[in-house]
Amino acid sequence: MFGKLTWQAIPFDQPIPLAAGVLVVFGMAAVVIWIAVKGYVPYLWREWITSVDHKRIGIMYCLLAAVMLLRGFIDALMMRSQQAMAFHAAGYLPPEHYDQIFSAHGTIMIFFVAMPFVIGLMNFVVPLQLGVRDVAFPTLNSVSFWLNAAGALLVNVSLVIGEFARTGWLPYPPLSELSYSPGVGVDYYLWAIQISGVGTLMTGVNMVATILKMRAPGMSYSRMPIFCWTSLASSLLMVAAFPILTATLAMLLLDRYSGFHFFTNEAGGNAMMFMNLIWAWGHPEVYILILPAFGVFSEVVATFSGKPLFDRRSMIIATMAICILSFTVWLHHFFTMGGGGDVNGFFGIASMVIAVPTGVKIFNWLFTMYGGRIRFSSPMLWAVGFMVTFVIGGMTGVLLASPAADFVLHNSLFLVAHFHNVIIGGVLFGAFAGYTYWFPKAFGFTLDERLGKLAFWFWLIGFYVAFMPLYVLGLEGMTRRMQHYDRPEWHPWLLVAALGTLLILCGIALQIAQLWVSIRDRARRNDPTGDPWDGRSLEWATPSPPPAFNFAVLPVVESDEPFWDAKRHVPASDSPAVEEPEYPPIEMPRNSPTGFVTAFFAVVTGFSLIWHIWWLVIVGLVGAYATFVAFAWRDRHETTISSAEVARVDHAHRSARAQPLRAREPLL
Amino acid sequence: MSTSALRLGQDPSFGRAASAHGAASGHGPGGPAPKRIVVGYGFWIFLLSDVVMFSALFAAYAVLFKSTAGGPSARDLFDLRNTATETACLLASSFTCGMASLAVGQRSQKWTQIALLVTGLLGFVFLVLEFREFSGLVGRGAGPGRSAFLSSFFTLVGCHGAHVCAGLLWLGTMMAQFYAKGFRIDIRHRFLCFSLFWHALDIIWVAIFSLVYLVGTLPPELLP
Repeated sequence: MFGKLTWQAIPFDQPIPLAAGVLVVFGMAAVVIWIAVKGYVPYLWREWITSVDHKRIGIMYCLLAAVMLLRGFIDALMMRSQQAMAFHAAGYLPPEHYDQIFSAHGTIMIFFVAMPFVIGLMNFVVPLQLGVRDVAFPTLNSVSFWLNAAGALLVNVSLVIGEFARTGWLPYPPLSELSYSPGVGVDYYLWAIQISGVGTLMTGVNMVATILKMRAPGMSYSRMPIFCWTSLASSLLMVAAFPILTATLAMLLLDRYSGFHFFTNEAGGNAMMFMNLIWAWGHPEVYILILPAFGVFSEVVATFSGKPLFDRRSMIIATMAICILSFTVWLHHFFTMGGGGDVNGFFGIASMVIAVPTGVKIFNWLFTMYGGRIRFSSPMLWAVGFMVTFVIGGMTGVLLASPAADFVLHNSLFLVAHFHNVIIGGVLFGAFAGYTYWFPKAFGFTLDERLGKLAFWFWLIGFYVAFMPLYVLGLEGMTRRMQHYDRPEWHPWLLVAALGTLLILCGIALQIAQLWVSIRDRARRNDPTGDPWDGRSLEWATPSPPPAFNFAVLPVVESDEPFWDAKRHVPASDSPAVEEPEYPPIEMPRNSPTGFVTAFFAVVTGFSLIWHIWWLVIVGLVGAYATFVAFAWRDRHETTISSAEVARVDHAHRSARAQPLRAREPLL
Repeated sequence: MSTSALRLGQDPSFGRAASAHGAASGHGPGGPAPKRIVVGYGFWIFLLSDVVMFSALFAAYAVLFKSTAGGPSARDLFDLRNTATETACLLASSFTCGMASLAVGQRSQKWTQIALLVTGLLGFVFLVLEFREFSGLVGRGAGPGRSAFLSSFFTLVGCHGAHVCAGLLWLGTMMAQFYAKGFRIDIRHRFLCFSLFWHALDIIWVAIFSLVYLVGTLPPELLP
């Protein structure tokens, strides 16, 4: 009846996962009860869960990422404290549990923190910057989000029911094959990633169609904001790379479920094929993450330097060069495979070449700042912190790109330090910069700057204290993922690294405090203009938060920085530009529970596949199909917002904006 | 520098964008492209991603082609006659799918349903033939668990078969929708996507037929 699922699946004998699981379950139950008691359920259902508005979906993505960041960070704290203690000792985490923690940490941080964070920012910002009303396929967008959330849920269910993979964040065979990992851990991993991977692929399709086919009149390719360009590059990579991940994990699933022999040791299976395939996805994946972050920094640096971005053209070329080159470097993840001198040489050089366009970008940002009137607001601090940190990470990457050096450093903590250096210093700092930069746009009030800056400094210093020792440890020969060790020279460095995670913990606490304080004081922090940073691109031309339809009338774009140029030519109050436009009624897509219901059935299907509950698999699949048919059978797809309502929203925005604009006039 | 780079005020834009519908390409003066273009374009991109997935399976097949683990090889197993019949069915179904597109263009409920029904039947015959081939192989002890070569063969061809299966489900839903809702614009958009999907499956089958079956049955001295 319930396949492999019995009471033994719940880890009653392991206090740490049990306590954590109970805490999570009670925490979630408490939130749900609070929402229900307060009577927020209908509001949440109507305005968020069934929303197909790209802004709402973007915000939910970022919220998911923030919550999962906490989970992933707790894993990090446990690993660092374990390694701080486990010198000539067992520490407090038994090996089988420690292995699950580092696997879960990597999986969560990449798939359920970094991905939703950058996708969330893309979702929120891209249509606004393009000057349009929504993405190309709004309901599909909602399906994508909820499938991503479904994957995150499955990973967290494994905390309480069963176990998670012990194979690392990429389940390398033959370890991940049934003969060496007979438990459900790897299955949890595989189904969670397959489900969220479908969502990511759909996001890629949606974004490419949006950016290439839906732009405001006059917005040619060369006038697109850089963030849209990097989002386009990132989405193209999603479309091209995620199917490889899906195919690869499907092969591993077939090995595990149906006795196939893709990657097994027997019957001609080829484990190295898994490494090649997974990294043919995996290396583009790191650029899927970092390119949107580069876009955020481009927006932030231009805005806070008060200058247009230095040489947009080279920035765009560099972005697209990275997009293509990212498919030519995958083998540097396993130079030790033994591909021979020619193969390793090619991929080593390609890996060094890809650093060139990245370097071009760094100089673009530096030259943008040069001669500008720089305001060091918190988004700008993240950007400057990024530039310094990312250059260091990039240079250690070039070091690792040399096959000879890589043979020594492969799988050591030097590598761990390198990729945290670029992912924290690049992707996460970019996500935080974007979060602080666009938060006022999303909610209509600004974040507390003092706490934000303090959080930045704790994160930055904490990062260096936590990860610079790992470079040293790597050079001293410490390999990654060690549950205990007996080398005395490693111990002090691991203590320092543990201290670093505590500093980062302070940074996270300050970010939470910042959010709390800002929400508490939201009336005082209200930003009626919709343009708190003196921005340059179209998203700042809308009210904050933007209405569902974004723009009362679609803007006509006639330059690279349409909003900036519009502000420089503020007409006198009686000029025609302030004249009342005619407001046509606007058709917007209707809300739909399709995404939520599909994700529900995806969780049911995934869970029952993990536990071999075959009848429930069929129920889940039939349910998902029925959901699609029900959606397809719908007769009305759109609702109309009346011209009176559009006029009301636009009037309020115009009068709020007129005041500060006129006050600024003498400056210009 | 233009005098007003962003005309938020007067609204020449909206009227222009609306009137330029049909000619709009999503950029330049036109503004967002019309729905039909966006839907078709998006579905093309999805199809490209599907092709990438198949290319990963093709790559795996190529890598494992000789990993027969002492078991039967492609030359021992493949029956070109059966495969040729499959190919004919699938290509003919693409033709009838094209006929269905014409019938939809003519708004002919009868011919749309007939053409789609024939398309579906041909797809079904294809699946039956494929199933017969698979069960025959398994019966001869050449199932997917026999060797890495057979694992990759069953996965590649089976993945195409699964796509045809999903296509049949979609086709049935399409027929029901045309019947119940008529030739509504959004349903015609969906049908556009379906026909793209169906033709794409043909293209992938042509690749499978040539790279798996034709190359597989070459005499060994001609193989690389």
